[in-house]
Amino acid sequence: MSASVTTLAPQLTHIGEEPYYQSIGDEIALFEAAYAQRLPVLLKGPTGCGKTRFVEYMAWRLKRPLVTVACHDDLTTADLVGRYLIVGNETVWVDGPLTAAVRAGAICYLDEIVEARKDTIVVIHPLADSRRVLAVDKRGEMVTAPDTFMMAISYNPGYQSVLKEIKPSTRQRFVALDFDYPEAAIEAVIVAREGGVNADTARRLVKLGELTRNLKGAGLDEGASTRLLVHAAQLIATGVAPLAACTAAVARALSDDQDMTGTLDDLVRAVF
Amino acid sequence: MTSSEPSSSSRKDPRLFGEELETRLDEVLFASHSHRSATRIAQGLESLNRAQQEKLLHWAAVAAQTYAEIGYQIATLAPRAFTLFDDEAFDAWVLAGLDAFDRHGARAAMDLLRDLEGFHADRGGERPLAEFTEIEARLSRFIQGLSGRPLGLSVGAGAAAWTDTETLYLPLKIGALPQAESNRSLYKVLATMLWAQTRFGTFGSASIDLAAALTPWLETTDQERALNWLAVLESVRLEARIAAELPGLAAEIATLRGPWPTQMEPLLVRLHQHQASLADTLALLPGCMESNEDAPHLPHFVAIDPDAALRVRGERIAHDKETLNRAISALKGSAAAPNLDDPGIAPLAAESAEVAMSFAEDALALPPEARAAAQSLLQDLGEVPPECLVPAGTGHWQETQREGGGEDYTSHREPDHRYDEWDYRRKAYRRGWCHLYECEGRHGLATYVDEVRVRHSGLIRQIRRRFEMLRGENRMLGRQPEGEEIDIDALVDAMSDRSSGAEPSDRLFCRRIRNERSLAAMFMVDMSGSTKGWVNDAEREALVMLCEAIESLGDAYAIYGFSGWTRTRSDIYRIKRFDERYDEAVRARIAGVEAKDYTRMGVAIRHLTQLLLRQPARHRLLITLSDGRPDDFGDEYRGQYGIEDTRRALLEAREQGVRSYCVTIDRHGADYLAHMYGVARYTVLDDVKKLPLKIADIYRRLAS
Repeated sequence: MSASVTTLAPQLTHIGEEPYYQSIGDEIALFEAAYAQRLPVLLKGPTGCGKTRFVEYMAWRLKRPLVTVACHDDLTTADLVGRYLIVGNETVWVDGPLTAAVRAGAICYLDEIVEARKDTIVVIHPLADSRRVLAVDKRGEMVTAPDTFMMAISYNPGYQSVLKEIKPSTRQRFVALDFDYPEAAIEAVIVAREGGVNADTARRLVKLGELTRNLKGAGLDEGASTRLLVHAAQLIATGVAPLAACTAAVARALSDDQDMTGTLDDLVRAVF
Repeated sequence: MTSSEPSSSSRKDPRLFGEELETRLDEVLFASHSHRSATRIAQGLESLNRAQQEKLLHWAAVAAQTYAEIGYQIATLAPRAFTLFDDEAFDAWVLAGLDAFDRHGARAAMDLLRDLEGFHADRGGERPLAEFTEIEARLSRFIQGLSGRPLGLSVGAGAAAWTDTETLYLPLKIGALPQAESNRSLYKVLATMLWAQTRFGTFGSASIDLAAALTPWLETTDQERALNWLAVLESVRLEARIAAELPGLAAEIATLRGPWPTQMEPLLVRLHQHQASLADTLALLPGCMESNEDAPHLPHFVAIDPDAALRVRGERIAHDKETLNRAISALKGSAAAPNLDDPGIAPLAAESAEVAMSFAEDALALPPEARAAAQSLLQDLGEVPPECLVPAGTGHWQETQREGGGEDYTSHREPDHRYDEWDYRRKAYRRGWCHLYECEGRHGLATYVDEVRVRHSGLIRQIRRRFEMLRGENRMLGRQPEGEEIDIDALVDAMSDRSSGAEPSDRLFCRRIRNERSLAAMFMVDMSGSTKGWVNDAEREALVMLCEAIESLGDAYAIYGFSGWTRTRSDIYRIKRFDERYDEAVRARIAGVEAKDYTRMGVAIRHLTQLLLRQPARHRLLITLSDGRPDDFGDEYRGQYGIEDTRRALLEAREQGVRSYCVTIDRHGADYLAHMYGVARYTVLDDVKKLPLKIADIYRRLAS
């Protein structure tokens, strides 16, 4: 019985192998300093610029387990903290990912925090200030976070919805790190390494990324992210023709608007 | 512009005659001018069949909405036009006329419409033409993608393609190649070559002065030959530069041009060198001139007009330098004395066109507009001039505008409200400076909204479906005494209570409830004179789309128009109040939105923010639709002052909890938008016709 329950418990990911991460500033030093001072961090940046990878890398570097929660608008407090389940004729408590991370002194990463409901986000407040406790109401328990516990949240300030913004009371608990797409030379190294393509192809892909980012605000909400460029590179590495790979992984992924995909196709053809 | 075609049944309907025709014509053409009689025109139209008559009446009405004279002209010329044109060509003829009005004014439109035979010849000439209008939107986005710096696209006079470094001038039509597709490709190549001229230093750099290099030939009989040679040599060099960055595009250019003329072969090596610059071209130019030959003809020839280009470029460089200077002054603190020898700031990485600067070894964070200026300088000069990297001292940025207010427009009644206005030079408000009058919007044709609804019925259905899905956002309410599903959490609690001997709760169900949206949206519509024509049409259509969309969503919304004439008369037109239903009257007022005077945006934003704050919603959204930069008659509002005031007004709105979003139809405006809208978010539409199609999507993105 207890065996079946452990499978329901949230998995703490131990990252054994060094994830590839290319530093673009002083973010590693800042994160380590925040960790040492037990401060939570907020990672800001456009989609696909390496926020999640950075957290994985830091978990490896600091040798802490990692718990990642992808936030969505049905995420309830119970989903984070935990709930009772019925096993046989008994109720059994199962920790949610947040509680598990606190108990284990892990790094808890709440991805795309703005997607979560506002009443849910409030449970992290006492964890994210000097109290560093998590109230588990249903069990009547206060879990105090060990020094090794760290909270990281991420959000994309490019979203335009007025309904999706972090409340000041939440954001003012965090040390904020800004992320953006790396500059061309570094991005080419990343694309070559992650996508498994040669330097010339990587350089062209990065050029394509730059061209699409020029269109931000003029028909595109966002230009191609580093992640998209890596996807295109991976397709090319498996033998897909560059034009087809970029059309599928970049042009079509960025827009459904027929005029816009026409322009994006032109840009793809300009580079390859 | 899309049009509602006369229904097929009307073909069989009896023709309209005499008085009936005259009445219908009167309705569409002479609603406001009674001094003309429709009798003569009506007589001319009697010979047409019913379908043609309906088509003409439709187009005349559309055209008269834009400019009454064009509607009149079309009605007069229609009988002859129908003898020359089929249905499709007739539509194209009217659209070309309206397009000419938008681009070049009434005179050009009249000329084009009158030249029926010429239009017929152009269309029927069997040449597979590519036209500027069909490639404009796609090409301008392509160029924006390439350049990063905003470049306009426009039709130049005649067949030449050239640029003044801000706008790329292209021919109205291209028919040089046998297929329409390759003609379109030629458009792209021409635009690319022009972009390359601005990007790779055809007009000089910090160390090369183009005007000086051309002096021996300027103002002589050889001037044209020299400029042609310059352009041809440059196209060789530029193509090599393009190939280094954009090999795919270079291949397309090479295919289109074919092999280089043999006389040019000796010249190619030097121009194809890695990083060849204008200096290489200028070194070869005297040799070409001495040969006494004319420059060979290239299919993708783009001309060079040094006068226009150098003038515009010079103005831009001066402006960019000041922007950068000012930003750096602000960074170093205004107290810092200008120090030309300050070695602390040095430009880095000029190669990659990425501007990075270091200031005392720290990364220097420039504001976006200064970064854009530095980027732009780098493109123009190949470097950021050292004198830009020291603070500009205490001088003002732009002191070109006249000081003081315009002539006061004395109004007969007291203003409804007075609003402060931000003076960026004083860094203070001018108290009670703007006089605001609020009045009800004019009623337009009652049938207008229905027409738009019919014309876009497919799109409206689609929008409604999408918005209804938004509204249908349901939420489960747990622990209810009754409901459609069992609440497992509650059940677990109840069981644990029971096993521990406590009384279990009977609230074991969940119920689905609809999420209450609490959002109030205010739409602020530009009714300035510059919207006359298609922008106004697009705005009205966009409003219809919006109303349809938001009605199905159930959000509170209001629509107000704004216009004005100096600070003493800023007008706000009520089109729909928050508490009004989307009824006949509102629809008539949407139809009545018209182009009036000027764009004093700050005061309108302030007033509508106040109205919005009275709404009891949790989220408040102010959306402006405008066609360009703030502007007002006769005083300093035009230019920096207006931009700063608008920015300030948006900031104030934000401080009061109102989110703003600006939708702008202005391809050439991107340089000031980022600064002006700063706190707000914005989108720029390159094509006015897209506004009605996009507006609902924009709203959905904001409000979901």
